Amino acid sequence: MTQSGPNLATNIDQHEENREIVLSAHGVNVSFGEKQILKDLDIEVYRGEILGFVGASGSGKSVLMRAILGLNKKQSGTIRLFGEDYLGADDASRFLLDQRIGVMFQQGALFSSLSVLDNIQVPMREYLDLPANLMEELARVKLDLVGLSQDAAHKLPSQLSGGMIKRAALARSLALDPELVFLDEPTSGLDPIGAADFDELIVTLRDTLGLTVYMVTHDLDSLFSVCDRIAVLAEKRVLVAGDLATMLASEHEWVQSYFRGKRARQIVHQGATG
Amino acid sequence: MNVHKGQIARTRSGKNGEAFLEVKSSDDGIVVHPKGNWVISDIVRPDSEITAIEKTASTAQKLEINLSGISSLDTSGAWLISRLYRNWQDAGGQVSITHPSDYARQLLQAVSVPREHLASPKVLGNPLVRMAENLGKLVSNVKIDTVMSMNIIGSAIRGPQMKSGRHGGVRPISIIHHIDRMGIRAVPIIMLMSFLIGAIIAQQSAFQLRFFGLEVWSVDLVGVLLLREVGVLLTAIMIAGRSGSAMTAEIGSMKMREEVDALTVIGLNPIGVLIFPRLVALTISLPLLTFLANIAALAGAALVLRFYSDVSLSDFILRLRSAIDLSTVFSGMIKAPFMAMIIGVMAAVEGMKVEGSAESLGRRTTAAVVKAIFFVIVVDGLFAIFYAAIDY
Repeated sequence: MTQSGPNLATNIDQHEENREIVLSAHGVNVSFGEKQILKDLDIEVYRGEILGFVGASGSGKSVLMRAILGLNKKQSGTIRLFGEDYLGADDASRFLLDQRIGVMFQQGALFSSLSVLDNIQVPMREYLDLPANLMEELARVKLDLVGLSQDAAHKLPSQLSGGMIKRAALARSLALDPELVFLDEPTSGLDPIGAADFDELIVTLRDTLGLTVYMVTHDLDSLFSVCDRIAVLAEKRVLVAGDLATMLASEHEWVQSYFRGKRARQIVHQGATG
Repeated sequence: MNVHKGQIARTRSGKNGEAFLEVKSSDDGIVVHPKGNWVISDIVRPDSEITAIEKTASTAQKLEINLSGISSLDTSGAWLISRLYRNWQDAGGQVSITHPSDYARQLLQAVSVPREHLASPKVLGNPLVRMAENLGKLVSNVKIDTVMSMNIIGSAIRGPQMKSGRHGGVRPISIIHHIDRMGIRAVPIIMLMSFLIGAIIAQQSAFQLRFFGLEVWSVDLVGVLLLREVGVLLTAIMIAGRSGSAMTAEIGSMKMREEVDALTVIGLNPIGVLIFPRLVALTISLPLLTFLANIAALAGAALVLRFYSDVSLSDFILRLRSAIDLSTVFSGMIKAPFMAMIIGVMAAVEGMKVEGSAESLGRRTTAAVVKAIFFVIVVDGLFAIFYAAIDY
């Protein structure tokens, strides 16, 4: 974990059994009608790590993320956020838990009638009673953190480019300084340079803000350069979870073709020589 | 010392006293000790205390910000500390931050936003100028609307042909599909509404004419009023609300998702493909709907007069035959195609103006319905003047 920040290096034990579990899902079953999407799925996310979630299109990565957030119904299983039952929590504890997570949707899901600055302020207005100018200052700090220029502050989402939308959405998900952020395909639709910048941004934010990142991605570059741990979703469950070496050592057919395919080999090779 | 986020369970209570600023003044200068959890949920009190300190900033004073008492920190707390630091420096005073943890140092660096990034570039300008600007925009919008309507009518007439000129002309299936949606499915509601309107007008006129003992004349009044004006007008208004809004929303959301652009790139004329069939369908449907509306309204009137004023059905028909002729029926129905064109063109113009946001779709749909109804009534008035002039 060469990228981890000082706080992580000093405070977090590297042994997994001693690390704090931020998110855990056990025995999750999700089905739509007859079709079962997830079956007895288990996954754990540790504090301070960047977990990359991969899987074939339609394997249920987004369904799992939405089930964790309560946007899709699960048939059975428990999902615990920070040790608490998120979906079964009463309103008071749900209120506190919601402030500790941030979500960035694949298309950004910025509110189209609000400017970027107002979008970032929405969670602050909803949860906290802050003075207006402090809220604006904090929103601008968030804009700066995600590397958006201040010209974008008063623009509407429809006036932004794809990369700017991703950054603005990330800024909104960070509005309340959450501990855990969910990113749904953060680099999809970005050019390789923009995607690399975004990957770097995620690492920087993890290090400075002490974030835990749950990232659904298809971007091999992000998987190799950013993620501390990778989880593979296939056959309705988490097939393997671990670092890159674990992935490369896996005997499973899909994992092999994914991580030892032509495109993956090139990146691994570049990583080894460069 | 360990200052970091998260490891210490962060309290999100928002209770007063969770975070505050301890200020100690001495001859040397001022020392401030931020204490407690400087996180966003407890940031209101620190913000006011920091603001108070910032106001006392002066060149002579030295300030020390001692971070040893802080137990957790996030970007909002770090921002306040960095703001105090900057404002003190701007006032010409000396300022130092002491005992930061590694994590605090990192956060402080991350939130040290360049000053120009905090300036608000949003300039509203002189209200008088803005009023004039809005008026000018309004006027130029009228021009744009007119040109766009002409463009849409023109392109619609050209049809959906490819650039090579193939596949020109009409698409019967598409037109029939839209007649089904805009015409046939509107029949029940249009007939029900007209039936009620006919009944209400009959009752009102009979009630007023009863004073003169002329109740049976209300058949004449109802017949002429419904057939010449009310039947077509209400049908057009109903269709503007029902089908015009749907048309704007459909075209608008296709515009939003670049489907319109896709049609252009494939080489089709989007106005011909999307709008032409709808316009034709509306122009066919509205006169037919008007006819049905007239019949339903007369039925409603006959029913009410039968029970309210003892005008039997045969008397009703006899009087109606003497009061109206075919020209009365046509003078109403002739207006229907014109109104259909207005509804369709307004809906198309507004639909093509939709931009990226959901709000703009809503605004355009509203505008389409409001403009369509307004112009339908204006055209109805023009027809009334025209008929009076030619004694029709």
